[in-house]
Amino acid sequence: MSPAATALPASAGSASRGLWTLAWSRLTRDRVGFASLAIVVFYVVVMCASAAGLIAGDWSREVGVSYAPPGFQGPDDPVARSATAPTVVPESAVEDLGIPDPLAGVLAEIRRGLTGAAGAETAAATLPLGGDKWGRDVLEKAIKGTETSMIVGLVAAGLAVLLGTVFGAQAGYRGGRVDDFFNWIYSVFTAIPYLLLVLAIAAVLNQKGTLTVILILGLTGWTGTFRLVRAEYLRHKAREYVLAADAIGASHRERMYRHILPNVSHVVLVQLSLHVVLFIKSEVILSFLGFGVGVDTVSWGSMLNEAQSELLLGIWWQLAAATVAMAVLVTAFSLFTDALRDALDPRLR
Amino acid sequence: MLAYVIRRLWQFVPTLLGVMALVFLLFNWIGGDPAYLLAGKIPDPERIENIRRQLGVDQPWYLQFWIFMKQVATADFGVSWATNERVSAIFTTRLGPSLTVLVPMLVISTVLAMAAAMLVAYWRGSLTDRAIMIGCTVGQSISILVYILVFQYVLAYRWGWFPVQGWGSGLAQNLLFYGALPILVGVVVSLAPDIRLYRSFFLEEVSQDYVRTARAKGMSEPRVMWVHVLRNAAIPVVTNVMTQLPGLLVGAFLIERFFSIPGIGREVILAVERSDFPVIKAVTVYVAIATMILNLLADLIYKAVDPRVELK
Repeated sequence: MSPAATALPASAGSASRGLWTLAWSRLTRDRVGFASLAIVVFYVVVMCASAAGLIAGDWSREVGVSYAPPGFQGPDDPVARSATAPTVVPESAVEDLGIPDPLAGVLAEIRRGLTGAAGAETAAATLPLGGDKWGRDVLEKAIKGTETSMIVGLVAAGLAVLLGTVFGAQAGYRGGRVDDFFNWIYSVFTAIPYLLLVLAIAAVLNQKGTLTVILILGLTGWTGTFRLVRAEYLRHKAREYVLAADAIGASHRERMYRHILPNVSHVVLVQLSLHVVLFIKSEVILSFLGFGVGVDTVSWGSMLNEAQSELLLGIWWQLAAATVAMAVLVTAFSLFTDALRDALDPRLR
Repeated sequence: MLAYVIRRLWQFVPTLLGVMALVFLLFNWIGGDPAYLLAGKIPDPERIENIRRQLGVDQPWYLQFWIFMKQVATADFGVSWATNERVSAIFTTRLGPSLTVLVPMLVISTVLAMAAAMLVAYWRGSLTDRAIMIGCTVGQSISILVYILVFQYVLAYRWGWFPVQGWGSGLAQNLLFYGALPILVGVVVSLAPDIRLYRSFFLEEVSQDYVRTARAKGMSEPRVMWVHVLRNAAIPVVTNVMTQLPGLLVGAFLIERFFSIPGIGREVILAVERSDFPVIKAVTVYVAIATMILNLLADLIYKAVDPRVELK
């Protein structure tokens, strides 16, 4: 795409440039927006690689000692393990109070047996981004969490924006009773605060899973897109080009989706981008509360949930990994959305 | 004016019916038979039959909907399935703690965000403007969960500046002792999105003709901003705050949950965890009603402070 965009200014005099090539050249000129796009693309690549099993396929393997601290000691030599393992593992709250643990001897024996059994393979004393309670690699968990959160965000946003666009097109184009009906549904959905609606549906469905989260977010999140797309269709349906399409015999459906839709697609695209951010944030909260993805799936929300109790032990790396992974993506996506809006609709600047 | 209010109130009827139909559909149709939820682990057919009769689930759907409508009209949703507490009592006792945290939070964050937004709009396009805007975008992209976890851990658990969690009985104690950290977290979280939004309100006003006129007749820049721009930009801010309020009542549930504040939001989470349908139904319907009324009030205030606005 970029060679076409860079080649265009030379030939700009001969042929007028379309909306998309113009927008693309504006986007490449916006350095912040372009850098954000690069980061988003990187995350998408990570997501695809993870979904295809190329990376982080064995995130659930217990590769390190429990709560392995972050570092690059790498897979372990026995000396390092015997040096670190006793200092990390037996930190229990009871000993802090000065009361001797009556089971300490027994537990130590069991623990020695366990680490011995696990250590027969390779139990690393440190992992690049640390380990969790079961010694799973936090880096791999963060990658897997990226996959889950991105898939939920992208698919749910796609569903919500699709619904919003179709409803908005029908309401705005057809008007009359159809418009009244969709406006009624819209007023019902917006009368209930968004998070309350999401929680109410989560309570009713009472089953976890990635698909459930996608459906909940997608089926409740279409209202914003609907309002904007409906307004656009109201403006566009009386324009000359639509009347011309009518004159050459285009059906209603053709006029709605082949003629008007490309002209309002910039609104749809910006909405899509906005909703991905919103839904990634919502998914994290839902999963954190335990209404989100299933227990065998890792997401940023479930990582934060584990981090909640880890923090009391001073284990901060899982919290940091999930926070940074999410913050970088959401920041990049938000900046990209702003750049996209500026590029597609320069009047707003 | 009166005709407008009456027409708006009349429009509430179909919306409210829609909300009730949606809630009814969710809980009575998709939610499955509540008797199985209530009867416990070992369902005994006789007991299930009993519960079904008590709840009216054995009636045809239109009678059930009629029961539901009566519940909404009389504000009597019966008792909570989990605790046997009256739903109306749950509401009245939980509203106080919620508002104790929400009102100061909303006031402080609105004032701070407006001040920051006005400064940023004044310096628009400068490096400060861009830096603060990027800071807001980054701040907004961190999950509210992280703010709560880190603030609670560092400020309360580690440094001991605030109580980690809890709730007392006196208003002063709650507000200043237990409420301080939750309010602080709430303000910090809402600051970033508010500054971004209010900045756009201020920028909208700064480019208006009356600002140019004020400058042309030699008015000082601070006076232009404080007297002319602030007054006009405050109008959308007020309506924004008013329309946000019902959402915040529920939206503060994470803060209430982490700091053990016995508010509405925490009650919603507990109800969702326990499949306590009467509580969720009541909250959904009444918060929807509150939303509609506050939206109407926001429009009326808009009209009162800006006579150019036409209500239609």
